[in-house]
Amino acid sequence: MTDTLDPRTGGPTGPRPIIESTVSSQEQMRYIGQQAADARLNVEIETEGMTLNMGPQHPATHGTLRLVAKLDGEQVVSAEPIMGYMHRGYEKLTEVRTYPQVTTLVNRIDWLGSFANEVPFILAAEQLMEIEAPPRAKWIRTILFELSRISNIALFLGDMGVQLGAVTPVFLAFRDREFVLNQVEAVTGGRFHPNFDRIGGIKDDLPAGWIEETKAVMVKMRAFCDELETLLMGNEIFQARCRGIGVIPPAVAQEYGLSGANLRASGVDWDMRRDNNYGMAYDECDWKVWTHPDGDSYARYWVRLQETREATHIVDQLLDSMPSGPIMAKVPRIIKVPAGEAYVATENPLGAMGYYIVSQGELTPFRVKIRSASFSNMSVSPWVLKGVFVPDIITILASLYFILGDIDR
Amino acid sequence: MPQIPGMIKGLGVTAKIFLQTVFPVRGWKTIIPAPSIGAHTVQYPREKEAPPTRARGVIALHEENCTACMLCARECPDWCIYIEGHKELAPPRRAGGKPRQKNKLDRFDIDFALCMYCGICVEVCPFEALFWSPEYEFSEPRIADLLHDKARLADWMETVPAFTEYEAGAEQKVKKVPEIEAS
Amino acid sequence: MSSVLAPLLAVGIDDWWVQTVLRVVVGLVALLLPAGTLVYLFLFKMMSFMQSRLGPMEAGPYGSLQLLAEVGKWLQKEDIFPAKADKYVFALAPFVVLISTFLLVLVLPGGPDAYFVNLDVGIYFALAVSSISVIGILMAGWASASKYALMGGIRAAGQLIAYELPLVLAVLGVVIQAESLNMNTIVARQAEWEIFGIGAFGMPFIVTQFLGFAIFMVAIQAELTQPPFDMPVAESEIVTGYLTEYSGIRFLLFFIGEFATAGVFSAIGAVLFLGGWWVPFIDPTNNLFNVIGPLVLAGKMILLAFFIFWFRVTFPRFREDQLQRLAWKVLVPLALLNIFVTGILKVVF
Repeated sequence: MTDTLDPRTGGPTGPRPIIESTVSSQEQMRYIGQQAADARLNVEIETEGMTLNMGPQHPATHGTLRLVAKLDGEQVVSAEPIMGYMHRGYEKLTEVRTYPQVTTLVNRIDWLGSFANEVPFILAAEQLMEIEAPPRAKWIRTILFELSRISNIALFLGDMGVQLGAVTPVFLAFRDREFVLNQVEAVTGGRFHPNFDRIGGIKDDLPAGWIEETKAVMVKMRAFCDELETLLMGNEIFQARCRGIGVIPPAVAQEYGLSGANLRASGVDWDMRRDNNYGMAYDECDWKVWTHPDGDSYARYWVRLQETREATHIVDQLLDSMPSGPIMAKVPRIIKVPAGEAYVATENPLGAMGYYIVSQGELTPFRVKIRSASFSNMSVSPWVLKGVFVPDIITILASLYFILGDIDR
Repeated sequence: MPQIPGMIKGLGVTAKIFLQTVFPVRGWKTIIPAPSIGAHTVQYPREKEAPPTRARGVIALHEENCTACMLCARECPDWCIYIEGHKELAPPRRAGGKPRQKNKLDRFDIDFALCMYCGICVEVCPFEALFWSPEYEFSEPRIADLLHDKARLADWMETVPAFTEYEAGAEQKVKKVPEIEAS
Repeated sequence: MSSVLAPLLAVGIDDWWVQTVLRVVVGLVALLLPAGTLVYLFLFKMMSFMQSRLGPMEAGPYGSLQLLAEVGKWLQKEDIFPAKADKYVFALAPFVVLISTFLLVLVLPGGPDAYFVNLDVGIYFALAVSSISVIGILMAGWASASKYALMGGIRAAGQLIAYELPLVLAVLGVVIQAESLNMNTIVARQAEWEIFGIGAFGMPFIVTQFLGFAIFMVAIQAELTQPPFDMPVAESEIVTGYLTEYSGIRFLLFFIGEFATAGVFSAIGAVLFLGGWWVPFIDPTNNLFNVIGPLVLAGKMILLAFFIFWFRVTFPRFREDQLQRLAWKVLVPLALLNIFVTGILKVVF
């Protein structure tokens, strides 16, 4: 039906014809919906997302980590961590330091579980010198290693709460961690930087009464774990925030080089204390490796909680079975490590930490390569942060648990 | 019996901590609120916790034992020890013997602004002239005042505690802190 | 009251002006005093004790003057305006929030004759006026010209509007039971209620409106953006959300506003559910209540605020979509159920 054209608008004038539709109303609705979806898709492709820079100064990143996230509303399209704001040049520093001086320096890599940083370095040097530490030294080394694990992971247990908004667990963590740090200070003289491991053994023996005090502290730490289990893990809000968030399948975890509790929480049964026990006393006591099949943030928290409890049991058993004897093997006064290469990795609180020492027979190492756990743990973050909401970024980063000194060295 | 939801149990935990902090005293005095006792806060500087005996607070120098061998200054990772010495002739031990050559310290400074408190200097000293003291309250308004000279380091010797006994099974012998002679 | 005003009236000042100035002054005191008490008692002390620490102890005996010290500190800070911020909107936002709280205070009854205004639509006015603070928060979030503030503001808008509905519906149950919107009448009805014919000690509405009370408490926790509903100010993600760019006295106003609103909402809850200024076994028309009524109301307000802050200390925060799901899919149906049952029981009995 042709109508005359309206000179103003160029459209038809007069009453519009009514056309009977042969399409049913349901099909009409579907068609309209499809059109709208297409329009939305076109609009989405054209709009710019918001780039959120969770910059070097941010309450959520433990230190100076920069995360550049491209957001679409509240969903992440892509996320990229930019590391290196805290790089201190450790590997270069070690080239001009003698072995005892390097031991002092590497305390500061993972500053929460600091004794654990010294151990793989000393073990690698001992491997090159072909020296073995006497049994008492091994026991004390392992006990201090587990104490550093307890103090490190206790902070994690509280810290993940505060990232999620529960302000109380972190205070409880700091309160109960003090007991462990007091024990470390009673032996080594330093709370945070013990500087206690030496090539061939350890620096000094235990003061009288330390074994009993440490057993009492282990009881307190177990009570702390129980308290946190009730306060935080049993909380429905915590579980709603963490279950199913940031699922990392075991294959992906192994590809990206995750280690430690992150790997065990994805179901991979991997623990270097059991499989690669060099120079430590882990085969002298009865303990269990905890894994969780889910691979989400809740699993990572759960595994670390169980690990803390297990560490208290290991310490108890080692304290009971402490052998007597010297604490230092026969080493020369001036230590010159013979030429060669050695790599030793241990199961640090954050993951697998290893030192690759290249020595040319000098007083100082020729080259030390530090394999730190958090650097590899962070490499999975672009993969795991795709498509999550902004609050979940915090949950996932908190559950992966990195320390900036460990990432950047 | 239906399970108590986790949220209620969590409220129980905070309530329990609250009661432990506010009413810590056992016995008939329980009803008097005493949070200063129950809380884990140590109100520094009114109350001070005593650090353990081995705490690495500050380094003390026993000048008599020092022979200016320079080992501590060499091994320090921060190079914060400054030593200057000269050789002197001391009288012979027996009559008719040779005069002995002794090293005399002119200057022994430790810059505590640089010091890492690692303890390598104390450990490598072959003559046991350096000791750890648990004193930690020596902060200064001017950073230059953190360079402790020989006299000040000798003053710290008064605060060095005696070495403690070891645990059973240790083969180490307990070292002795030298007595300070009245000057 | 008139004997006090006589000398002023003799001078020739209008009675209305005197009344209004008195109301404003007492209203400001009623706003700021509970805010200060709540901040000290709960934020500084109770939260600290629940975390096994002492809280501020230096300013004044046991740290009681800490808030005064904080006020002094915030007053002397630089008033920073972000370069791209919308100046007037940015400056006005904290005042909008405070005005909404101040208007809320005006409907609180302190006794049978001790009130600021005796509105017949008291609780309706209160609920309407409390929504103004949402505008203030949105103004703050938008005008700050910062991504964090914008995210916080938008989250706040969604959350506060979502939780208005359960709040209103929960209060509606009380209104049905009390047959009035007037706050004083609600208290009087609680005092006169007869349980199985015994009218000596009345009945606070919490006994029959327990579901409404629970929904009310959850809803005001969300309206105050306190954990577990503090997504708009989620400290670990978006620094302080819509407050990020505020400093100095404007931040102080937001802070005081938050605690004043907590006090006022607790007081409203005390009036609606716990009996307000009335104490059992005393006749509600007794003149004694004009004196002790405000104190009784303050006591009940502190009791309810205790719960608000206890939840704040214990729980982690909800994610935004979980928050919305809780409001729309759980609280609103429960509140509607409450109204339904209350209505039926009201008609039957």
